[in-house]
Amino acid sequence: MRSGLSRMEIQGRMKELVDLLFSNIPSGVGSHRKDLKLNREEERAVLKKGARWAVERGFGTEEDLEHIEEKGCIPGGDPDSISDRAMERGRAQLGTLGSGNHFVEVGYVAEVFDEGIARSLGLWKDQVTIIVHTGSRGLGHQVCDDYIRVMMDAARKYQIDLPDPQLCCAPVLSAEGQRYLEAMACAANFAFANRQMISHWVRETFEKAFHKSPRDLKLDLIYDVCHNIAKIESHAVEGEKRRLCVHRKGATRAFPSGHPDVPEEYRSIGQPVLIPGDMGRCSYVLVGTERAMKETFGSTCHGAGRVMSRHQAIKAAKGRAVARELEDRGIIVRGASRGTIVEEIPDAYKDVTDVVNVVHHAGISLKVAKLVPMGVIKG
Amino acid sequence: MRRFEFLDHTADIGIIVHGESLEALFENAGEAFFHLITDLRKVRQRIERRVEIGKEDLERLMVDWLGELLYLHDVEHLLFKRFRVESVGEDGLKAVVKGEPFQEGVHVIKTGVKAVTYHGIEVRKEDGGWRARIIFDL
Repeated sequence: MRSGLSRMEIQGRMKELVDLLFSNIPSGVGSHRKDLKLNREEERAVLKKGARWAVERGFGTEEDLEHIEEKGCIPGGDPDSISDRAMERGRAQLGTLGSGNHFVEVGYVAEVFDEGIARSLGLWKDQVTIIVHTGSRGLGHQVCDDYIRVMMDAARKYQIDLPDPQLCCAPVLSAEGQRYLEAMACAANFAFANRQMISHWVRETFEKAFHKSPRDLKLDLIYDVCHNIAKIESHAVEGEKRRLCVHRKGATRAFPSGHPDVPEEYRSIGQPVLIPGDMGRCSYVLVGTERAMKETFGSTCHGAGRVMSRHQAIKAAKGRAVARELEDRGIIVRGASRGTIVEEIPDAYKDVTDVVNVVHHAGISLKVAKLVPMGVIKG
Repeated sequence: MRRFEFLDHTADIGIIVHGESLEALFENAGEAFFHLITDLRKVRQRIERRVEIGKEDLERLMVDWLGELLYLHDVEHLLFKRFRVESVGEDGLKAVVKGEPFQEGVHVIKTGVKAVTYHGIEVRKEDGGWRARIIFDL
């Protein structure tokens, strides 16, 4: 999200803002909003409608939907393809951030690489921005668990030889493959709704913290892009247009200007791409390119990737006050526990700038702006 | 022999577990799993849950056993400390686990585990007992 605020306006209030975000957005084990109750029927609606469900319930605006991949709903989601167990895990976790590398980050535009495109995205230097990174939570993990069993049997049935059982699979057009795609759409829709709700609470928190109206704050969604998802898309293969299943694992969509799936507002510049870095360095806004369409089926990288295992990170952080170190660099961090912060220390990640420069020079997406964090909440 | 050790992966984390019997192997795997998630010294044994899993091969059984514990952790926010496996084999698993619900300010979460995976899964006999390897998605 972009805002109508400059970093100078909020710099002195970051501690207070981060604390408020942390109390308004559930992130730790078992935490959830007291004002949110979801029955089974409603959860089924979430799985079918995605972000639209959230908007209908008052989370965010109709306009947000225009700025979400697939308008916040992957069609074909069938709640009957979801186990009771997945439903149950989902119900407890809709509207929560989750652990691991999931976060909400308040930052600012530190550098603009392409003035024209930045203007089209409503971005300017020193502007306050917000990134929400979370997904389908326990529901998605349970869908994975459930369908791994299905796929293990399917792999045997279709005589697919596997180097590792976790790679089990079925042909896309088989009954098992189709059923999985229906379930995956549900998980994606859950994730869209989840981010939509959290974005809404971010807006509410800003309103409260700065006593400003939504009109003054202008917290508009620039774009919501998926990663780790398979999509059915049309691409040219050796000059011939074909329907493909494109699996973007550790990758994200990067469609070029002119593509019909890019929101009209961005049609002339290409689809916005967000590449989050670690909490101590920076993140990037890019746009998709024709080159990506030709070389990577319209895909680019998703994030920085780790260089240290969790244990190495814990060892590297031993005796260090990680939160204090970050604070000295102007970044306020709050996490549900020290453990989850320590595992995610900046040193544990590749420098996202190196990663982004690779995709930029390869031409599969182009740098628009660099965002530097000021405050982060983590699960 | 150490009952378990942690495997260091860049993106994920795993455990290598040993046990003199198959029952001990599964018990130790449960303990290693929650040792990864929390500081077990802070967890008391106030609540009991029965876990029963049907006929499966040993590798699937191991993934299911830990998956079941993760499910209980996720939905009921339980942390487990004591694992008593009554029977385990090709016919399935029966166990009783004890622990308590997560409590802010009392318990810590060291690592959030998303899923138990089949990646590189191994359950096999070794000299003097059994050995297993399980990798988690974090």
